[in-house]
Amino acid sequence: MAVALRPYQAVFRARFQLLLQYRAAALAGFGTQCWWGAVKIMVFAAFLRGAASSPMTLREAVDYIWLGQAFLMLLPWTADPELARMVRSGDIAFERLRPLDTYAFWYARALARRTATPLLRAIPMILTAGVLMPLLGFGMWGLSAPAGLAAASLFAVSMVLDVALSSAFSTLLDVLVVATLSERGVNTFVGPLTIVFSGSLIPLPLLPDWLQPVMRYQPFAGLLDIPLRIYSGHMGGWEATAALGRQAIWVVVIIALGRLVLGRVMARLQAQGG
Amino acid sequence: MNAIRLYGRYVGVSLRSQMQYPGAFLLTSVGAFAATGIDFIAVWALFSRFRHIEGWQFGEIALFYGVISVSFALADGFTRGFDVFGEQFVKTGDFDRLLVRPRSTVLQLLGYEFRATRIGRFLQGALVWALGVHLTSIAWTWQVWATLLFAVAGGAALFSGILILQATLAFWTVESLEIANALTYGGVEAAQYPLDIYARWFRNFLTFVVPLGCVSFFPVAVVLGRADRTGVAPMVALLAPALGFAFLGVSLWLWKLGVRHYTSTGS
Repeated sequence: MAVALRPYQAVFRARFQLLLQYRAAALAGFGTQCWWGAVKIMVFAAFLRGAASSPMTLREAVDYIWLGQAFLMLLPWTADPELARMVRSGDIAFERLRPLDTYAFWYARALARRTATPLLRAIPMILTAGVLMPLLGFGMWGLSAPAGLAAASLFAVSMVLDVALSSAFSTLLDVLVVATLSERGVNTFVGPLTIVFSGSLIPLPLLPDWLQPVMRYQPFAGLLDIPLRIYSGHMGGWEATAALGRQAIWVVVIIALGRLVLGRVMARLQAQGG
Repeated sequence: MNAIRLYGRYVGVSLRSQMQYPGAFLLTSVGAFAATGIDFIAVWALFSRFRHIEGWQFGEIALFYGVISVSFALADGFTRGFDVFGEQFVKTGDFDRLLVRPRSTVLQLLGYEFRATRIGRFLQGALVWALGVHLTSIAWTWQVWATLLFAVAGGAALFSGILILQATLAFWTVESLEIANALTYGGVEAAQYPLDIYARWFRNFLTFVVPLGCVSFFPVAVVLGRADRTGVAPMVALLAPALGFAFLGVSLWLWKLGVRHYTSTGS
């Protein structure tokens, strides 16, 4: 068992270490994200000042927005650029030659991408919003602690499922790139979709009430909305447990879908380039 | 050949080369339309739940959004050369070639590429602008149009200035750091809401440091008949977009300093 897993662990470790090198880009991105977070919070606070009722308190929304910025890179909004290059050059044919399960191999690559890059972004963001801002006296506008021990542990479980789901989505995007021969179409349409339906654009509970049943059951909620609402206590107890169940089901479904499509694509793969 | 005719040539060449791939052009334009369109979904969703933001109505926000969005689309279409400056010119040493030509570097970089695909972003902004016209009861006199066109021109100048500053930075950092994204994309995000909803420090920053508010909030508020919300005399508010041109002027001056500082990296 351990021997069988070794190549997948190796590709995960190699990619993970490679992606940790992009520190300057992470720093520039961090500055931009601080700006976005601040604007979003001030806009929401202004809306809330004149509102009779709101499905989210200011406290819950502030936590949601900062954590949303911290885990922005967890969202599977683009396919792996390197795989897209392999499709164009024809190197993709080599992937067929490896004595490995192609899906698992790509999943391991995606897993590295969805842990290393988000980690580089999340650490400075959480330190700034959660430690620095309260120290400077802006605690009200910063990230607060989780809503309790139960919320913290459910949040941890939800984040693990989140990474699994995000990697499954990423791998599905990679497979679609191979199927359509270009990353352009996939990136153009999946990016906006992910941003809206994960809750990254605005917290899902703030969307109109008639949309809420749809928002609850769609797969993208597991990428951001579910763990963030558990963290701030907006969702707890049985509701949170059920949400974890939905996340887990979507992980299985998206992996199965990715495998199915990959099988079809690989059966009649045409290598490009020369 | 004078500068304007030469620039016309540059644009012509750029357009022809982009039209060699009509499919890609269409897809990228539609993508730009969709990507900016989702921003407005957020505005719509928040208004459908909360009805107003500190007394401002949906139609009014649509006009703020339209003006700033159209301004940025114009700047983004024209200044592509500055946007990719670090990667394409400094890192490769290609900037040397621009320096030996008997034309200004600014003109050559403006001519690097005219990004026609930004038409997607432009149309999206124009559409929201039209929605704002439809939802508010403004008399659309020529004075109103003149005010808003001046605002758009000032806004396009300001965003161009920001992108030129980002390029100038590359003379020292070699790679273009995308920190300017906070001021361009993030600036559109901030300036689509009226300035008076923000905290004082942020309002001051958007008025005096990077005058995003001057090119949208002040003139648009006057047009909407809400000059009282700006805190300045209507005349001052109407002239505020001039600060966008001032910002561009300062950027160009810093650019010249940068060019003087430039040492080639090529081998």
